[in-house]
Amino acid sequence: MISRERRRMIGKRVLQVVPVLLLVTFFSFILVHLSPVDPALLLAGENPTPAQIEEIRRFYGFDQPLIVQYGKWLWNVLHGDLSISMLSREPVVSTIASKFPATLLIVVYGMVIAVVVGAPLGIWAAAKPGSFADQFATAVASFGVAVPYFWVGMVLVLVLGLQLGLFPATGAVPFSKDPWGAIHAATLPAIALSMSGIAEIVRQLRASLLEVLSSNYVRTLRAKGLPASAILWRHGLKNVGITLVTVIGLVFNRKLGATVVIETVFAIPGTGSAIVYATVNKDFVVVQGIILLFAVIVVSVNLLTDLAYALLDPRVED
Amino acid sequence: MATISVEAQTKKVTPTKWRYFLHSPTAVASVSYLIVLALIGALAPWISPYDPNEINLSDVMAAPSAAHWLGTDDLGRDVVSRLMAGAGPSLFASILAVSIGTTLGVPIGLLAGYVGGRTDSSISRVLDALLSFPSIVFAIGIAGVLGPGLVNGMVAIGILMMPGFARLTRATTMVVKQELYVDAIRAFGATPFRIVTRHVLPNAVQSAIVHAGLLLAIGLLAESSLSYLGLGVQPPRSSWGGMLARAYNYMEVAPEQMYAPGLAILFTALAFNGLGEVVRLALDPRGPKR
Repeated sequence: MISRERRRMIGKRVLQVVPVLLLVTFFSFILVHLSPVDPALLLAGENPTPAQIEEIRRFYGFDQPLIVQYGKWLWNVLHGDLSISMLSREPVVSTIASKFPATLLIVVYGMVIAVVVGAPLGIWAAAKPGSFADQFATAVASFGVAVPYFWVGMVLVLVLGLQLGLFPATGAVPFSKDPWGAIHAATLPAIALSMSGIAEIVRQLRASLLEVLSSNYVRTLRAKGLPASAILWRHGLKNVGITLVTVIGLVFNRKLGATVVIETVFAIPGTGSAIVYATVNKDFVVVQGIILLFAVIVVSVNLLTDLAYALLDPRVED
Repeated sequence: MATISVEAQTKKVTPTKWRYFLHSPTAVASVSYLIVLALIGALAPWISPYDPNEINLSDVMAAPSAAHWLGTDDLGRDVVSRLMAGAGPSLFASILAVSIGTTLGVPIGLLAGYVGGRTDSSISRVLDALLSFPSIVFAIGIAGVLGPGLVNGMVAIGILMMPGFARLTRATTMVVKQELYVDAIRAFGATPFRIVTRHVLPNAVQSAIVHAGLLLAIGLLAESSLSYLGLGVQPPRSSWGGMLARAYNYMEVAPEQMYAPGLAILFTALAFNGLGEVVRLALDPRGPKR
């Protein structure tokens, strides 16, 4: 059963989300108003007529005090209304809804690659510290954090896409129409996205496993004659699960940001390329909506990670 | 990095930091690379073989030759000269973002950690909220609203680096605040300002410096991503990210153009991480371990 101490901790953590979410919405809202230029002018685009500017000002409520505008905007956001794009005249919510699945697919796929490659490598490295495996894993980790992931994407497009023709070079297939085709098309962007994730997972798993293996109780187990493999598999990995959960949360959030560049490289019609397009075309309502979406996802992932931590970690017991 | 072997622990060798530095190939390679790169960045206008912006339409996408070591781009501009011209902005951008993160984050962390209570929890929630924005997305938003440009983008990245520094400093501050000697000087009547600046800050700064070293590479990748998207360094000025974006458009004609800028970013990021690691080991009070 969940103890009272643990329940209290979870309750406290969930309550913390409320002010954070409020601040996140406020930052997303204020972003458009940071501009030294009149936001109505910004939103109006190139060469607007005074009547157009006036219409925009009234439509978005820019003639009211900032805090009132924020309140109204937040009220609408809570009711699932992120306003209407200046460019496409489409509700921002429906733009996001149609574009987000493509983003989610490459992030989740990249995550799976990162775990499948990173976790065994990290465990292997920690099991034989100082060995070739360890040096190899460390080299992979150094490379993964330093390499420009979008450049990896470009090289993959060139070599595996254009020269060898193993994967479609660019573009995406809707998952709902053709799941296998979608996964196939998402392979190269997912590999490019997984770079820093592999590095992070290798590094943290190796560190946490090494810490467990050098602890006193493992020394006792070793002294009592338990074989090294049993120590690793039965005792070491049990502690590593918690690390893995935390790293996965962290890596997921980072990948979400990286989709902005990766989707541009691979011409994927997701939210990442949409925010770049909206920025270049000064469609700030869309920029605001997507920034808010990303931030809310990050807040939720952090919350889920912490809750998993609270439930899994045996030390959180009274 | 190998692990801490039993011999190393028992021998208790404590070489001076300088000697340790000279014996670490990573350290020497990273620091020399960065010095050379900084010199190239600073001296590019005088030492580059051609004007990096000089367009020569009669000689576009040339293969590497004696005249153009890495060939020419789609406008006939010399690739070596453009690479050299891109070094300065990249280094500047990384250092700018990290400096902003440090100068904002350390004082905020000191305040939150030292004062504690409500102040601390309010500051912590703001930091949590800022950390919820993927930095590149936030930078794109800022670049869009304030106008694209290297400084706007990197200031945004710097602001999002601030919470990391603040959290780190807050943690150190909370530990140092509890120390017995701090209680003692407080009893002697030291003002909070004096305690913070003379006793807490020196301790907190070390971990901030280590963090800064490791963030330089992140700053570099952010800069090249922004420039790749056309929201960082503005053309015709040269940047590694911008060079990649152009090369990508002509990938089927001149694929080799893609390699040099990418490798330049990779090596610089590796050198930054090497530097960060060296600083970490050098400042580790437990002495250098290998």
